Amino acid sequence: MSHEIKTVEGITKESTQEMIDHALDAYPEKAKKKRSPHLAPNDQASGSACVKSNKKTVPGVMSARGCAYAGAKGVVWGPIRDMVHVSHGPVGCGWYSWGTRRNLMSGITGVTNFAMQFTSDFQEKDVVYGGDKKLAVLLREAKELFPLAKGISVLSECPVGLIGDDINAVAKESSKELDMPIIPCNCEGFRGVSQSLGHHISNDTIRDYIIETREFPDPIGPYDIALIGEYNIGGDAWSTKPLLEECGFNVKSVWTGDGEMEKIAATHQVKLNVIHCYRSMNYMCKVMEEKYGIPWIELNFFGPTKIKESLRKLAELFDDNIKAKVEEVIAKYDPQMQAVIEQYKPRLEGKKVMLYVGGLRPRHTINAYEDLGMTCVGSGYEFAHTDDYDRTAPEMPDATVVYDDASEFEMEHFANVLKPDLIGSGIKEKYLFQKMGIPFRQMHSWDYSGPYHGYKGFPTFARDIDMAINSPTWKLVKSPF
Amino acid sequence: MRQIAIYGKGGIGKSTTTQNTVAGLASLGKKVMIVGCDPKADSTRLILHAKAQATVMDMVRELGTVEDLELDDVLKVGYGDVKCVESGGPEPGVGCAGRGVITAINFLEENGAYTPDLDFVFYDVLGDVVCGGFAMPIRENKAEEIYIVCSGEMMAMYAANNIAKGILKYATSGKVRLGGLICNSRNTDKESNLIEALAAKLGTQMIHFVPRDNQVQRAELRRMTVIEYSPEHKQAQEYRDLAKKISENKMLVVPSPLTMDELEELLMEFGIMEAEDEEIVGVAEAASK
Repeated sequence: MSHEIKTVEGITKESTQEMIDHALDAYPEKAKKKRSPHLAPNDQASGSACVKSNKKTVPGVMSARGCAYAGAKGVVWGPIRDMVHVSHGPVGCGWYSWGTRRNLMSGITGVTNFAMQFTSDFQEKDVVYGGDKKLAVLLREAKELFPLAKGISVLSECPVGLIGDDINAVAKESSKELDMPIIPCNCEGFRGVSQSLGHHISNDTIRDYIIETREFPDPIGPYDIALIGEYNIGGDAWSTKPLLEECGFNVKSVWTGDGEMEKIAATHQVKLNVIHCYRSMNYMCKVMEEKYGIPWIELNFFGPTKIKESLRKLAELFDDNIKAKVEEVIAKYDPQMQAVIEQYKPRLEGKKVMLYVGGLRPRHTINAYEDLGMTCVGSGYEFAHTDDYDRTAPEMPDATVVYDDASEFEMEHFANVLKPDLIGSGIKEKYLFQKMGIPFRQMHSWDYSGPYHGYKGFPTFARDIDMAINSPTWKLVKSPF
Repeated sequence: MRQIAIYGKGGIGKSTTTQNTVAGLASLGKKVMIVGCDPKADSTRLILHAKAQATVMDMVRELGTVEDLELDDVLKVGYGDVKCVESGGPEPGVGCAGRGVITAINFLEENGAYTPDLDFVFYDVLGDVVCGGFAMPIRENKAEEIYIVCSGEMMAMYAANNIAKGILKYATSGKVRLGGLICNSRNTDKESNLIEALAAKLGTQMIHFVPRDNQVQRAELRRMTVIEYSPEHKQAQEYRDLAKKISENKMLVVPSPLTMDELEELLMEFGIMEAEDEEIVGVAEAASK
């Protein structure tokens, strides 16, 4: 894939490095040394990472990162709707991670979805005497109250790892007793440097406890695929799944947005895995490739240019029947998307955006902004690894700033220098930038909106971006100082 | 109120020594409380004549939360008006015994167990200080005085030196000091001299040499201290002497722990350990022939 080199007026490698150096000047020597490899100007042509990543956060800076438990509960396991997810430990982790990610679910609560908060609510006595007996009782009660649940995941919070509660033994025993899959996930929050390890641990538990334990009821056809790393944020999967079906594919399972345990368990039968969020699910794609010979392909469903490119890339792997259908679909939606662009592009042309999100969107959404005439002047991830930054380099304009595990101070400094018209980041950054009078969108949860994926999502995305940038609110606010 | 923690290698006789010493202090008219900090909960049986006292953590488990617990449920009074509490905790291999000690001591503080009429509080702590929980008794505002029970056996002395290292760590951040070594005799050779030499190297004293006497076991069979069982026996006098020495002790020091080499040198000097022959290290029996 060759990319033309994109540039931004006024931004050179030297100017970006100077901006980074100024930000680093505020740090003590040791912190400066640690932070500096995580900030660099992009080298678009190189196609490889320009920053160091997946390292321990420097103490004292305000980081936006989560923990391994957050990666397991919030990202991978939580969206599976027909399972009970137990947060094993004190009540807070489970409570504050309940429903905050906006991974929407279909079904009837208590019957076909269990989007409730289950926790073993540790007390002092459970820490001292161990929570294993309580867990066994809880699992029995969950089965009794919700007999239609297809399985239970047990997600460890920190104290479980500290006291060595043997959740694996309890899960094994209870699984036999209750005759249902019970999956222990040792995702204690203190493990690893960010939520990223939680994704990996969860992928490993899917590998060890779920995959290959079920079969699809219908015979497998040539167009049977799975959609991996699609979490149905704001209903994203309800845009991408029908789109792929319109192209002639059979989407047998979605991992894990609005997901169903038994379909995930039978995914070893599909012909191809389509992965969207590479960071959180590449592990299982690689496992399925090695173990069952299932190829996988990375696609991008943000913005018409990338959707079109992705669908054609996908069709290349299939027969003429699919190729024809894909072209039909593109021909059907192209004019609709063109209309959206014609409506919003004049209002957004030349506007600058800075991104700072999790592990995928800092690269995947860049082109969607470009479709609207905007330019990305800075991007970075909370918890990405080198392979993510490799994939980021060709998407970002040359010489723009790349930041890994950025602190609020660094972000504020970059925003002051780059003067973006919009910042897309998370709840922890939102108020910092709104106080600076910069339009902001929460790009983890689509800011109570969505979907943003697929052809269905793009008009919503375009509307929301216009609404944020061109809202008259900011001009009406007067600084009191 | 003086708060005192008793540490030492597992099985060295900490609980027996503590209870006999406390009984000695009580016989001198002192008001004392014992806080057992060991999940085995055997720190108060000789004072209470009980097999095992209901522990703080056992009661917490029964009632559900620590907030529902009353001081009267766990504080018992035994021989010489000595107040007794056991922290309790799980059986080996599950949960977190260290957290049990923290929970129990917090409970005692919050519920007014440390009454101003007390002259002494004794903490009888699990042999191995394996985590922060077992260091709870020597954190700030708790025990400022530590006695290490040891004997002339090599491992007991290793343990004593390791405990001194722990005290050194806490001494720099708080007020904890070493009061001395209590030699609970195992009748090894030159035991008294050896412990005195070790104490000197640590910068402290051997506060008392408790001779071995089967009268202690005879009293224990009856779940009593020697002082209560046979107050006229010479062993009872030993514990009264120890109690009096602790009561009058002014020598509280920041210890100077020995390096491994220094400790081994000391042991060799007293013939407890032989000089190491580097040529035999790592050589299997067959290969050496």
